[in-house]
Amino acid sequence: MSDIAIRVENLGKQYKIGAQIDRYRTLRDSIVAAARWPTRLLRGERAPEDNTIWALNGVSFEVRKGEVLGVIGRNGAGKSTLLKILARVTEPSSGFAEIHGRVGSLLEVGTGFHPELTGRENIALNGAILGMRRSEIERKFDEIVEFSGVEKFIDTPVKRYSSGMYLRLAFAVAAHLEPQILVVDEILAVGDAEFQRKCLGKMNDVAQEGRTVLFVSHNMSAILRLTRETIILEKGRLVLRAPSNQAVDYYLTAGFAQTGERHWQPDEIPANAAPFRTIALRVRNSQGQVVDTLRSTEPATLEIEYRLEAPIAGLRVGVYLMTGHGELIFTSFDTDDPERYEQLGVRAAGRYLSRVAIPADFLNEGRYMVGINASAFRVRSYFQDENALAFTVDASGAPGMQWLEPRLGLIRPRLEWQIDALPE
Amino acid sequence: MSESALAQKHQEEVIILRPSRGWSALNLGDLWRYRELIFFLTWRDILVRYKQTVLGASWAIIQPLINMIVLSVIFGSFAKMSTAGIPRPIFTFAALLPWGLFSKALSDTGRSILANRSMITKIYFPRLIIPLSSVLGGVVDFGIQFVILILMMFYYSILPTPAVWLLPLFILLALITALGFGLWLSALNALYRDVGHILPVLTQLWLLISPVGYSAQDVVPTQWQLIYALNPMVGVVEGFRWALLGTPPPSTAMLVASTAISIGLLVTGMYYFRRMERIFADVV
Repeated sequence: MSDIAIRVENLGKQYKIGAQIDRYRTLRDSIVAAARWPTRLLRGERAPEDNTIWALNGVSFEVRKGEVLGVIGRNGAGKSTLLKILARVTEPSSGFAEIHGRVGSLLEVGTGFHPELTGRENIALNGAILGMRRSEIERKFDEIVEFSGVEKFIDTPVKRYSSGMYLRLAFAVAAHLEPQILVVDEILAVGDAEFQRKCLGKMNDVAQEGRTVLFVSHNMSAILRLTRETIILEKGRLVLRAPSNQAVDYYLTAGFAQTGERHWQPDEIPANAAPFRTIALRVRNSQGQVVDTLRSTEPATLEIEYRLEAPIAGLRVGVYLMTGHGELIFTSFDTDDPERYEQLGVRAAGRYLSRVAIPADFLNEGRYMVGINASAFRVRSYFQDENALAFTVDASGAPGMQWLEPRLGLIRPRLEWQIDALPE
Repeated sequence: MSESALAQKHQEEVIILRPSRGWSALNLGDLWRYRELIFFLTWRDILVRYKQTVLGASWAIIQPLINMIVLSVIFGSFAKMSTAGIPRPIFTFAALLPWGLFSKALSDTGRSILANRSMITKIYFPRLIIPLSSVLGGVVDFGIQFVILILMMFYYSILPTPAVWLLPLFILLALITALGFGLWLSALNALYRDVGHILPVLTQLWLLISPVGYSAQDVVPTQWQLIYALNPMVGVVEGFRWALLGTPPPSTAMLVASTAISIGLLVTGMYYFRRMERIFADVV
């Protein structure tokens, strides 16, 4: 009996990108093309052009039964494409994959949730969409409700839920799926710390039960906790398969050029980001130099350079700052100030630089990851890259350096202490 | 190897994912396995339809009643077309029932793939489930309207004919036509959004070329009736009215033509849909 759960051989996926331009060179070509037009139209084919991109290219690997394999890589590296193929949402363009057993996929929690339906109704619906039988849903109903912690609102339409409640309910249904193979994408990137802990715990249980899991995440601590081995994708290719701690180290150090600067090539920006176009992200020290290593005792600047091809209303451009293990330290947007947000309203087309000052005596020593988000709240997310750039903080001269021990904690503030000798 | 492991091996399905070319089998077995989902999605559509409306399910009655008045005025007071001795309101209403079922099923099905894109890009299930469940969404409305029709028959003291047992077949024919054509439209709509703009125009024109406000035998010359019946809704509407109200029956040839076209649409629609569904997730 084979103990292979997933076998992927030379898998590739090609996408067409950009505008479709039909260019006919000769009259004869045009006539031929025109004659074939109706059949092409029905097949959804377009005139042949080179405007294609391999989102996934020649990827091969195997996952044994009961193994939990992590998948990491930057935005656009092909992680989601890989999961979509394995979840049977889309077909590969080349190669093949062989899957032994029933697959459950969690590419997003709450798929098929309808805002007008109550929690109870959505559990039934979502369960069915995820492939549960009605009897199975009925049997697990109480357990799901209890796990979600929304008992009181179970007969309220989910549109009245807070986003946290919505997520908890959605995850609760998904968590009670019992496939032999589970394909999970980034569900832990959302929700509060408490919820994330709960999700991680549940994922851990799943892994312990001997089910096969393919787990994509930007959260390095989740990868380290849940998986033993991890593969790294880069520009559609598999560049490394290694024990997870090695893979994470590689990803956080060797995988990123240590320049304090990141430029985006046009092919690294998803087409749906338009009209927002990310140009660069830089880390500057107090002298304004672009550096990889900052001193914790000096102020620093993070700057995002971008271009708007068209005006965007309600835009906010901001950064996430995370530790090398993926713990979020803070999120900050350039229009956090309500007055500035009002005043900017619509940001006109053009080239911009959004800069944020990181105060001195703020970060502890270590390696940090900067992510970018450009969005209009509740309208649209234009661009997101959680792992855009890494930099190092050196703590020389920081408070407490006289003791040669690592100072625990995410931040290293210089705080006012008073020591008063009290009379006996 | 233990017995349970053996048993598990037998249960274990192996799925091969590779690029496919050309036409695919319909894979009805897979569809059967997911049959519960069809009803869950239909149930969702029905539950959602009248939420946050003031009049709720009464809309199911108000819409055809307004249509009945409009059509009665146009075809009765202006065009003065005959109704085979049946009072005009019930003559029109009885035709609007299968017509309404059809046009709602058609426009819902035609839009279904786009409307459910969030599911299609996130999870696997046989894609045919979506148009199938959309077609069934109008059946409850139809049931409510049917009660009104029965009340109207009481009011006008009209008894159903002995052919009344054929009613379900005509309803089925309307659904098959809507599904067959809707399969084509939904797959095309995923590729070309133009379909969304064509749909309302199409259903309006189709209403006019179907014998809803008038009687086919009365308006269409005999030598053209067979060609006229290539519109499957001719067989459905004429048949429905005949079985219930006793208007002149459609000829067998007309019924055969309507049925053949509608089954043809269904079969080709299903194969075309299956062929195109592999790129849905990439284009919707």
